[in-house]
Amino acid sequence: MQVSGDTTTLEDQINQWRTYLRHRQAIHSVDVAELEDHLREQIEGLIDAGLEPDEAFLVAVKRMGNLDALSREFAREHSERLWKQLVVAPSEGESARVAVQTDAIVAIALAVVAAVLIKLPALFGLDLDHDAGLYARNVSLFVLPLLTGYFVWKRRLDMRTLGWIALAFVGAAIFANVYPFHSEGSTEVLTALHLPITLWLAVGIAYAGGRWGDSGRRMDFIRFSGELFIYYVLIALGGGVLTGFMALIFQAIGIDTKTFFSLWMLPCGAVGAVLVASWLVEAKQSVIENMAPVLTRLFTPLFAAVLVAFLGAWLWTGRGVDIERDALIAFDLLLMVVVGLLLYSMSARDRYSSPGIFDLLQVVLVISALLTDAVALWAIAARISDFGFSPNRTAALGMNIILLVNLAWSAVLYIRFLRGRGSFASLERWQTDYLPVYAAWAAIVVIVFPPAFGFV
Amino acid sequence: MEINKDLVAASSTPIVLAILAEADSYGYAILQRVRELSGGRMEWTDGMLYPVLHRLERLGYIEARWEVAESGRRRKYYRITSQGQTQLAEERRQWLAVDATLRGIWQALSLPNPAVQLRAAAPRPLGT
Repeated sequence: MQVSGDTTTLEDQINQWRTYLRHRQAIHSVDVAELEDHLREQIEGLIDAGLEPDEAFLVAVKRMGNLDALSREFAREHSERLWKQLVVAPSEGESARVAVQTDAIVAIALAVVAAVLIKLPALFGLDLDHDAGLYARNVSLFVLPLLTGYFVWKRRLDMRTLGWIALAFVGAAIFANVYPFHSEGSTEVLTALHLPITLWLAVGIAYAGGRWGDSGRRMDFIRFSGELFIYYVLIALGGGVLTGFMALIFQAIGIDTKTFFSLWMLPCGAVGAVLVASWLVEAKQSVIENMAPVLTRLFTPLFAAVLVAFLGAWLWTGRGVDIERDALIAFDLLLMVVVGLLLYSMSARDRYSSPGIFDLLQVVLVISALLTDAVALWAIAARISDFGFSPNRTAALGMNIILLVNLAWSAVLYIRFLRGRGSFASLERWQTDYLPVYAAWAAIVVIVFPPAFGFV
Repeated sequence: MEINKDLVAASSTPIVLAILAEADSYGYAILQRVRELSGGRMEWTDGMLYPVLHRLERLGYIEARWEVAESGRRRKYYRITSQGQTQLAEERRQWLAVDATLRGIWQALSLPNPAVQLRAAAPRPLGT
């Protein structure tokens, strides 16, 4: 009786220990199983050495080490798990709640500042209708410094990194405003489109808290960017519904809200929403299971099917590709979508699982996108002399080549991984190492293109 | 003997890789082997081995598989990969360089050999 009584208490104790460990979000149930096997073997060894079961349990647990420290080590090694289920590092009741509140207050205050900033030029007689170019070129400068500021505050960035980031913003402000752009010319549009891409890197560096060199942090930033985009779209949809109702009910009492909407609500809401969405992504990671990976799971097979069908039809009919002057942009967008699909399915993939059917699909998608793009590039190259190098086409061609290189090498690494010759980590590293390339290209477009093409 | 935390962290990779190069193994047995090899002088906190193993797995130096042990429990075994072998050779080269440097300077300083004192002290029983 004595013996069986002891084993039950021991089993109870192990059960309790296991339950306690399972509450640690950084430690998954497979890891708990691994640790439990360890604990049991340790206990058996100690009982063999003559200890009572409960003594053996205590000693074994003690040797396992402090569970907080252990769970921190697991969190460091598996940061992607924290992303799925947010752990605010020391989640000790009151202080954590206060931290969450402060965070909310800071984020909303920054959103209000952004809304005020976007209206500031109006005070000097620059309005959205007449100076659209000025607003378009500078829109990222109204929002991104504040977003960066939020992360500088949150991550307690050191002064040196802060200096570099500030320098980047000052440089951006200069290049966006000193060039004598022709009104609504292509170089102005290109600047407006590429400046945010360059500055997004500055946001990333602040987001990474100065640990930009760590590829895990960069992957987190990719996750953040994807979720931010989705939250932003959701907020915009909500805003659309709100505006619709506002217009309807005010119309009923004979008040027209159109001017209020276009002058105040839209610009202020659009910039403020970036900060609110960022804060939501930071704080509420656990509420919605990451959306970007879910969408990529859904659309990777569909995109792959469309591309394969396109290539099949092209080969079958033997038709030449009739390329329009600016069709390159469409193919750029296609490659961007494919890179996005690749990135976000990678960001959510369990690094340890072996290659599966979805990985194969991913490779099919990448290769079919590469072939499709090659078909388009070939058609364009044949006629590039007719078309000439306009700023738009040069920018589109540059972007195309950058994305092509990324996808081509990704395909090589992915195939190596499928054949068991390489690790998934090397593919991840390639993608995270590639991020500065986009920013550098965008910076070239902003800085070199306007003078090179005479500001047209 | 307390060994500095940084030193434990730095030496964990070559030690784990070398033990796995001897034979496939699992967490508990690896820790036993560390105790055995160090004569009980190196004490790792048991749990901390697992994040190290997972890191090495992520880097592709080792591979894991689940097996049912003779006790009937599922157990996670680790095996060194060819990439891990290469890394082990590299780690070994570096540690030998550090070791040679230290030996050189110890000799130059001609400090009394601490190993002698250690042996004089009562050896601690294994695994405490």
